[in-house]
Amino acid sequence: MSDQLQSDFDRLVKTSKFSSEEIEFKKNFLNNFIKNGFPNRKQEDWKFLDISQIIKKNISDLSFFNDYSQSNKIDSSVLVDGLEHNKIIFINGKVEKIDFNFEDQNKIEIIDETKKDISFDYENSLIDLNSAFIDKIFKILIKKNYALKKPLIIYHLTNDRIKSTNINLRLDFELGENSCLKLIDYFVNTTAKNFINIFYNFNLEKDSILKNYKIDKFRNNDLKYFFNNIEQDNNSISETFILSAGSDYFKNEINCNLNGEYSSAFINGIFSLKENQQHEIRTTINHLVENTKSYQLIKSVLGKNSKSAYQGRIFVNSKAQKTDGYQLSKAILLDETSEFNAKPELEIYADDVKCSHGSASGSLDENSIFYLMSRGLNYQQSKKLLINGFLMDVVEKITDVEIKNLITNIIGLKQ
Amino acid sequence: MREEFKMDTREKDIEKLKDYKYGFTTDIENTRAPKGLNEDVIKFISNIKKEPKWMLDFRLKAYERLKLLKEPNWQKPKYPKIDYQDLYYYSAPKSMKDKPKSLDELDPKLLETYKKLGIPLQEQARLNGIAVDAVFDSVSVATTFKGELTKHGIIFCSMSEAIQKHPDLVKKYLGTVIPITDHFFATLNSAVFTDGSFVYIPEGVKCPMELSTYFRINASETGQFERTLIIADRGSYVSYLEGCTAPMRDENQLHAANVELIALDDAEIKYSTVQNWYPGDENGKGGIYNFVTKRGLCKGKNSKISWTQVETGSAITWKYPSCILKGDNSIGEFYSIAITNNHQKADTGTKMIHLGNNTKSKIISKGISAGFSDMTYRGLVDINSKAKNSSNYTQCDSLLMGNKCGAHTVPYIKNKNFDSNIAHEATTSKISEEQLHYCQQRGLNPEEAVGLIVNGFCKEVLQQLPMEFAVEAQKLVGISLEGSVG
Repeated sequence: MSDQLQSDFDRLVKTSKFSSEEIEFKKNFLNNFIKNGFPNRKQEDWKFLDISQIIKKNISDLSFFNDYSQSNKIDSSVLVDGLEHNKIIFINGKVEKIDFNFEDQNKIEIIDETKKDISFDYENSLIDLNSAFIDKIFKILIKKNYALKKPLIIYHLTNDRIKSTNINLRLDFELGENSCLKLIDYFVNTTAKNFINIFYNFNLEKDSILKNYKIDKFRNNDLKYFFNNIEQDNNSISETFILSAGSDYFKNEINCNLNGEYSSAFINGIFSLKENQQHEIRTTINHLVENTKSYQLIKSVLGKNSKSAYQGRIFVNSKAQKTDGYQLSKAILLDETSEFNAKPELEIYADDVKCSHGSASGSLDENSIFYLMSRGLNYQQSKKLLINGFLMDVVEKITDVEIKNLITNIIGLKQ
Repeated sequence: MREEFKMDTREKDIEKLKDYKYGFTTDIENTRAPKGLNEDVIKFISNIKKEPKWMLDFRLKAYERLKLLKEPNWQKPKYPKIDYQDLYYYSAPKSMKDKPKSLDELDPKLLETYKKLGIPLQEQARLNGIAVDAVFDSVSVATTFKGELTKHGIIFCSMSEAIQKHPDLVKKYLGTVIPITDHFFATLNSAVFTDGSFVYIPEGVKCPMELSTYFRINASETGQFERTLIIADRGSYVSYLEGCTAPMRDENQLHAANVELIALDDAEIKYSTVQNWYPGDENGKGGIYNFVTKRGLCKGKNSKISWTQVETGSAITWKYPSCILKGDNSIGEFYSIAITNNHQKADTGTKMIHLGNNTKSKIISKGISAGFSDMTYRGLVDINSKAKNSSNYTQCDSLLMGNKCGAHTVPYIKNKNFDSNIAHEATTSKISEEQLHYCQQRGLNPEEAVGLIVNGFCKEVLQQLPMEFAVEAQKLVGISLEGSVG
């Protein structure tokens, strides 16, 4: 693999206009990645779903070179209807459109950060891969006291021009004091077998609010890795919702540092998996100062041959007294061949804290099905109703009404 | 006034802490194997115990395997590297060379040691009806109540005796639950184990009394590697207790035991441990490294294995008593209290591997950390795709005292069967000021108040212990936490 990485990298350098300094930077990242390779199950964080094996099995001819020179047509039929929104459209990893028409242009800044030092200290070779092959990095800056009027939808589209390709994406967000951003990541992938590696870095200043919704609903054969790093200052709030249902493989990883007092983080997730899908959510919440709060709720519905994993870690520093941390994961296994793995972890060094976690997994409750059937529903209907209620619980946690309705419709749940 | 009172108790506590009750050494001449780990030492051990050839082969095979293995390093408490060549792998009181036939022939000094530990063997033989096997450093020194047990056909003797007298049973079961190819410490034990207890309960027999082993490390620079094998044949029942102490020493000592339990159809084994190895002084100097492998196999249908442990000692505890639920309808249980104080570290928990249909398991773990200590619950619940209609319930609670200590929970949950249920709960909290205030108002001093609250916190587990042990354990809980309040 290292030969191919090297040759693909040389091709990238040839076709793009990087400065020699940038190339040096990128070479370092490349060498790191060549040294470590894709993460495998020997690493604790990748124990349940081994990405190096999965890639080997699914994409035998993975190419790391992505041609950014050609532009793609935007197929407007895939855009979200019925909700006015700002957009950023990525097609095959290339930015095709940035549109903040609904907003005050003075309050938002989009900065090309490609030339800056982009190193990010985190033990993860996929971030090295990202940094080595990334084409452009944008920083989106929301200025002080500005709340976006409409949500921002980032479209992640791929078309049939690429196959078995590694796509790398990175965006940095900076939310100024008392600002607010509602962000939806919307995946529409129709192509086969690409490995998409996305890295978002959020910096939330005092009193700012971030609401991030990730929607991967439509069935596709891509493999995805999505890493969010969130830094939070005093009194800031982050809310993350993940719908993990479409891709063959999807791992969402969230690392959240609660650096400021009274900051809070909420993570809610749904796995709805069918044949041969393998999805994972891994969260790390670091409570670093006093009076911080985190809440996590993850639910899985697992069909034939599917596998979901949830690794949640709450870390409480010895300074972080009065921490409130909670995580709950629940799973319904619908088939003999489905599998649920969980590792809810608590690491606590302060004594005046309230931390707990719970995890439950099993099949659908036969008594409830009996109850519904005795009231005239057939088996399928009762099953559907129960799953509907099970998942609705998570969707109800979404604090934005408009987006909640949108997501309810996309999933096809009834209220 | 209040300040003064606090100071006073604190000083007293420090006095008390220095006083690990079991920290004495006994002056007895020892026979030792040459220092270091090599084939000759293994042959020496095997030779001195007059072992048959198959046993020596077993050891040498394990040693060959050991050369390929590396010490695991995924655990939370890190420890300085152990020099395995700088240890004595065999140490026995000299007077044991020709085994005494009865208690009367035992070295009086040994008897005195056990008296100090609170297990006067002779009296025990007469009075309270618990059969005891005492292991001193590396060898088993005495087993009480032999006659009574033989009447029922129960075999309760030292491992070396079992190898001589019941080779068929040992050959058939030794290494079947913990194979010699297991992890580093288990393999090390397979190569150099010196003694331990052997129990066989024949078909349909309910063991009329509690069986008990007392382990003591006396000699310095020795590792203790005992091996225990308990076999419960069809429809039998046994309750087995284990207690441990060691003298106070500045260096760290290694204890790497293997315990194998096998329950056949309808059999039940109850295994209780009160572990009180020397934990090191208040600055974390010295103490025992307790790296023990304990595993039970529910081989037959309707069998049951239940582990109960009270872990208060050792500088580092690193153990996971596990159950492999192979037989249909088998049950595994794990009840644990782990207490760490000062600089102690513990990484403990259990593994429940569900293989058979309708298997059930229950895990109750209570962790208490105080001082500068660190405590981790690490557990695995794995329900195999063939284990239909199985269920697990896990509850782990942690109690923290002060903000210099840590409490961690790392459960692994794997559910591969849609018919099965797993439920897991964990909480972390501290003793509330209100509770303390309430108790103190009613005339308890702060220490007593904490003791009372902690005992309440642990009650679910303490209830599982046999009566005599429960009393001891309750006291131990109190003693271990002394000096942690105020």
